Amino acid sequence: MQTKCLTIAAALLTATSLGASAEALRWARAGDSLTLDPHAQNEGPTSALAHQIMEPLVMRDMTGAIVPALATEWGPSESDPNVWVFKLREGVSFHDGAEFDSEDAVFSFNRAMTPDSDYKELLASVKEVRAPGKYEFEIVTDGPNPIMPSNLTNLFIIDKGWAEANNAVKVQDYEGGEDTYAAKNANGTGPYKLVSREPDTKTVLTINEEYWGKGEFPMEVTEIVYTPIQNAATRVAALLSGEVDFIQDVPVQDLSRVAASDGLDVRTAPQNRVIFFGMNVGDDDLATDNVDGKNPFADIRVRQAFNIAINRDAIMKVVMREQSQPAGVIMPPFVNGWNAGLDQVPDHDTDAAKALMTEAGYGDGFSIRLNCPNDRYINDEAICQAAVGMLAQIGVTVTLEALPKAQHFPLINKLETDFYMLGWGVPTYDSEYIFNFLVHSRDEKYGSWNGTRFGNSGLDSKIEALASETDLPKRNSMIAEIWQVVQDEQIYVPIHHQVLNWGMRSDIQTIVAPDDTAKFKYFSFN
Amino acid sequence: MTSVRTAPDRFNPMALRIRAMWQSDLAWAFRHSPVAMVSFVVVVLLVSGALLAPLVAPHDPFDPATLNLMNGFTAPGTPNAFTGESFWLGTDDQGRDVFSTILFGMRISLLVGFAAVLLGMVIGVTLGLIAGYRGGWTETIIMRVADVQLTFPAILVAMLIFGIAKGFTPVEYRDQIAIWVLILAIGLSDWVQFARVVRGATLVETKKEYVQAAQLIGRSGTAIMIRHILPNVLSPVLVIATISLALAIIAEATLSFLGVGAPPTQPSLGTLIRIGQGFLFSGEWWILFFPACTLLALALSVNLLGDWLRDALNPKLR
Repeated sequence: MQTKCLTIAAALLTATSLGASAEALRWARAGDSLTLDPHAQNEGPTSALAHQIMEPLVMRDMTGAIVPALATEWGPSESDPNVWVFKLREGVSFHDGAEFDSEDAVFSFNRAMTPDSDYKELLASVKEVRAPGKYEFEIVTDGPNPIMPSNLTNLFIIDKGWAEANNAVKVQDYEGGEDTYAAKNANGTGPYKLVSREPDTKTVLTINEEYWGKGEFPMEVTEIVYTPIQNAATRVAALLSGEVDFIQDVPVQDLSRVAASDGLDVRTAPQNRVIFFGMNVGDDDLATDNVDGKNPFADIRVRQAFNIAINRDAIMKVVMREQSQPAGVIMPPFVNGWNAGLDQVPDHDTDAAKALMTEAGYGDGFSIRLNCPNDRYINDEAICQAAVGMLAQIGVTVTLEALPKAQHFPLINKLETDFYMLGWGVPTYDSEYIFNFLVHSRDEKYGSWNGTRFGNSGLDSKIEALASETDLPKRNSMIAEIWQVVQDEQIYVPIHHQVLNWGMRSDIQTIVAPDDTAKFKYFSFN
Repeated sequence: MTSVRTAPDRFNPMALRIRAMWQSDLAWAFRHSPVAMVSFVVVVLLVSGALLAPLVAPHDPFDPATLNLMNGFTAPGTPNAFTGESFWLGTDDQGRDVFSTILFGMRISLLVGFAAVLLGMVIGVTLGLIAGYRGGWTETIIMRVADVQLTFPAILVAMLIFGIAKGFTPVEYRDQIAIWVLILAIGLSDWVQFARVVRGATLVETKKEYVQAAQLIGRSGTAIMIRHILPNVLSPVLVIATISLALAIIAEATLSFLGVGAPPTQPSLGTLIRIGQGFLFSGEWWILFFPACTLLALALSVNLLGDWLRDALNPKLR
């Protein structure tokens, strides 16, 4: 029946060639995309929305495999090992009709390498990008970079002419609170076109009839209505009542309720994302604690005490209702460099933690502020509240400040928090991505999400060397060495790996992508 | 006041005073209103529970060190699957005993309620007196401001004040002052009622002979307002204050429910209801149900008491 309706609708659609909705999909998740500027914020929901409208050269499909998007073929240059050559797709046009060619790719890459861009870490090894032909594009790196294509899966291409005409050549300064044309409008080559957008309220997309991949992908969703619903109960009520068709974050307490509902399914998969706390280990004094003249986090014993004071097992059992996997390292198991030894969960031991605190001279504890998002990760605020209780048991008084992610993330980027929660997904499936953003000291090119003020120049040069190390066994041993330092220094307190729970109408056909990015061109109905 | 005033007895003032109170019209009306008596008992029970919370509550939910996360989501009266502990009204998602949390949460609700009404009353009565006594431009300005404020729903005004105050507060003090900001926000959204009633009553009183006499012997305007007019306009103020108390408690609960009030680590009744609302679908009903019942009982009985007081003090209804 449904198929028949669809066929008729599709026939009507072709007959009238109107953009009217044949099968609209109403999509909800806890938070909205932060900005439409594709290079301003490297954040999951932001690139998830961008993926519907814009495209990178290469992308990951729903299984996580790298597949062609705006590039059809790619490989290292035969003449020069420092060059990656991409053959671009011909006959592709942007939503406003402008033609896509190598000029746009060069423009977008250069844009993504500017200091305001949040993707500069991914391109840190790039010396130059060039366009030898209309559909040829080359990336010149500082030494050979074997994993370059996996760095590009969220690096969206925008139209040069459009950006120049709309004063959008410069990347939006998101942390500085800047608002630009590109933050509210989008002109991509993607399968869906932006119809309207009210941030935090509603975004409407409609199918791009001119899309190059029509016929190649199911593309059965013809209209997408995206509404962020922060409140977990409201979100699940919207799914149960049929007000939305697909929610990306079913609250863990409601999984069985949704699964038991007629016409609704929950689909589960481990997510490529780890949740952890970061601490300011580098400053001489902290603004948000009550210790004068010194920084308690600078003492490794305090960091170790925090690490074993957190009862990950209790968080998994009670807060997450077993929908998580306790972690010992800030790296999801999908990532190159991961091993079970690194991810061994430290034993929860309040007494040992107290002893460490006393040894460090904080036997009477201290007070500190913890910054948390409340609309980003699964049960983020509840995890932080639980941590407040666990840290209180070792004498640390934690004041919790839970804010929406749009206010929380700038605190990390602008170094205005000393103790914070962050989650990290790894689109490249390689440790280098984690090091570049979270471990390398903060400078023009690296470390934009490293809120710990940790910096170690020896380690920095090791991290930078990873990009051009072609000998994979050697590269892997370098990765292992860097992880050893990260673990020994205990600059982060890992909590757990998230498990994805997508709730949707039973007739929707999709697999659950480990990066939590729904790419609707792959969705179909039955 | 309509009560019969007896001259204080030099020899046994206390006994006489109690007797006078018992025989007063107000007490008589109270003794003959079962609704008022039941409401009074409920209010006294709840308020004393809140005041004595540190003694009555099985544990202090505001002390995070005493919490055991493994106790989370324990159903009322059934032992927890991991720890074996049992809780009378169950526990919430963080393992806090719901009964203790209600008692402590009620302290915040009552504190905010009383303090906000007091603030609104002081501002409203003062402005009302001035407007009614001075008249002219002063009156026009004060009453037009009041009218403008009345056109906005009180909860919006409170949210606006809350937002502005929060914006001006350094982040590290936000949690500590959240309660005071709540009081300020609700109090400032609440003064109009008092001002309007007091102005009306003052207009009537100002024309009476005793005020003119006081003016003739040269007392200052301030003294006349405070010493002569104020005592005679207080009984409607008392009625509004009681009804406002119920509204202020609900306003606090609403703000906290919307997530702009009391912080989650120091939950008031509204915060508890907000937390519990997330677990309605999953069957953990007690986290929402008991705080909501408490809020209902508290607000309803204070409101009924206020209604009764209004009727008892209104000579036309007797």
